[in-house]
Amino acid sequence: MSKIVEGLYYSEDHDWVKVEGGVATIGITDEAQHQLGEIVYVELPEEDDELSAGDVYGVVESVKAASDSHSPVSGKVVEINEELDDNPGALNEDPYGNWIVKVELSDESEVEKLMDAKKYEEFCAK
Amino acid sequence: MAKKTALYNKHLEYGGKIVDYAGWNLSSDFEGLGLVAEHNAVRNDVGVFDVSHMGEIEIKGPEAAKYVQYLCTNDIDSITDNQVIYTFFCQEDGGIVEDLLVYKYNTEHYLLVVNGANVEKDVEWVNKHKEGFDVEVIDSSPEISEVAVQGPKAQATVQKLVDFDLDEIKFFHFKDNVSVGGVNCLISRTGYTGEDGFEIYFKNEDAEKVWDLVFEAGEEFNIKPAGLGCRDTLRFEANLPLYGNELTDSNTPLEAGYGFFVKTGIDADFIGKDVLKKQKEEGLKRKVVGFEMIDKGIPRHGYKVEVDGKEIGYVTTGYSAPTVGKTIGMAMVDIEYAEIGTEIEIAIRKKKAKAKVISRKFLERHNKSK
Repeated sequence: MSKIVEGLYYSEDHDWVKVEGGVATIGITDEAQHQLGEIVYVELPEEDDELSAGDVYGVVESVKAASDSHSPVSGKVVEINEELDDNPGALNEDPYGNWIVKVELSDESEVEKLMDAKKYEEFCAK
Repeated sequence: MAKKTALYNKHLEYGGKIVDYAGWNLSSDFEGLGLVAEHNAVRNDVGVFDVSHMGEIEIKGPEAAKYVQYLCTNDIDSITDNQVIYTFFCQEDGGIVEDLLVYKYNTEHYLLVVNGANVEKDVEWVNKHKEGFDVEVIDSSPEISEVAVQGPKAQATVQKLVDFDLDEIKFFHFKDNVSVGGVNCLISRTGYTGEDGFEIYFKNEDAEKVWDLVFEAGEEFNIKPAGLGCRDTLRFEANLPLYGNELTDSNTPLEAGYGFFVKTGIDADFIGKDVLKKQKEEGLKRKVVGFEMIDKGIPRHGYKVEVDGKEIGYVTTGYSAPTVGKTIGMAMVDIEYAEIGTEIEIAIRKKKAKAKVISRKFLERHNKSK
């Protein structure tokens, strides 16, 4: 059973979103890292990139395959986690402790369309 | 609907993540293990692959030897009874139809083991050319299952199940009508991993029994099921080609770097011989090279290779390679860029990542070929 953290928002693509002061911190869930297997490379966006919900914001690659990450929200990229360049496996070790990108939300109401922990748990169980 | 092998329920029982591969339901990897763990199990201990999707085509008759040679690029006459040889089927233009193993029972009976994805095409190919040869072609694929037991502990595992010394079966040899825990099997010392190991063939109805026997025997050696994911990384690190990647109908075995298995010097004729002979004499215009990434990024099958903005080839296979510990690949490139040390660029999405050409001997093989 994959770990799910209370208080976060979740997308159907298995991204988690934490919202603080109009900025969304985005990462991949335990379920996602579990499905991917050993992560060997993370391609990050550039700071100041403008994203619409659904846009590819990065690529997470395991030994097996490359997997596009789609942004669950819209806004401007304000920070990227460059530590993942040297240690992409951090996403396997602690998926909720290691984020990928921070986005300044252009429309905070978008997060309400995402799932909460309980709904995400049900989604994963399907 | 993808087909199920006779071991389908074992995949489920062992936590296999089922994918559709070439029309077959097989496991990409297994719950609780994963690609790298399975890869390491094969390199360090022993792993078991269900390879029942592979095709088995038998050629029988007075002219079987002559016919098999007509289809194959390698020297079929060079092997003895109970020996196995790796070879290609080529088109008249030298493009590769298939890579396969030929098992020789005797000059009137051969078994061709072909890729699961190509069985239909191969059966058609073999039937299409048999006119004028006194042979019978039998597609035994639907009745036969196969497991590959691979790794340094493969022999110790299988030895427990047979009543003769497995050292009797040398590299690329086989023994038929062997009892594996009471089940009639054919065993060959062959594989697709670069490790020592065996491929075991048996009837579908015995499949689950053989699987269980092998796992019981291998328990003390930490035996693990192994999926398609690590099958590809293992063969890649060992510089073994995959049909559809290094081998296609629009490139020759020489371009793929496997000229050793193309014997244009023999007297007998085979399909594609003239073109391949000419290519050997005139030299190659492109070939598959190894490369190592300098920049970050993972090269994958199909990515373009460039030099100074000019497209000079494509990646045939690439990985962050578990045992080698580097991000490496193989690519078909124009011959002027094939020299070791040449700097090339891999187009990874929007970026161009630097790489350099290296030898394809990524890893020392540990099979008993020496």
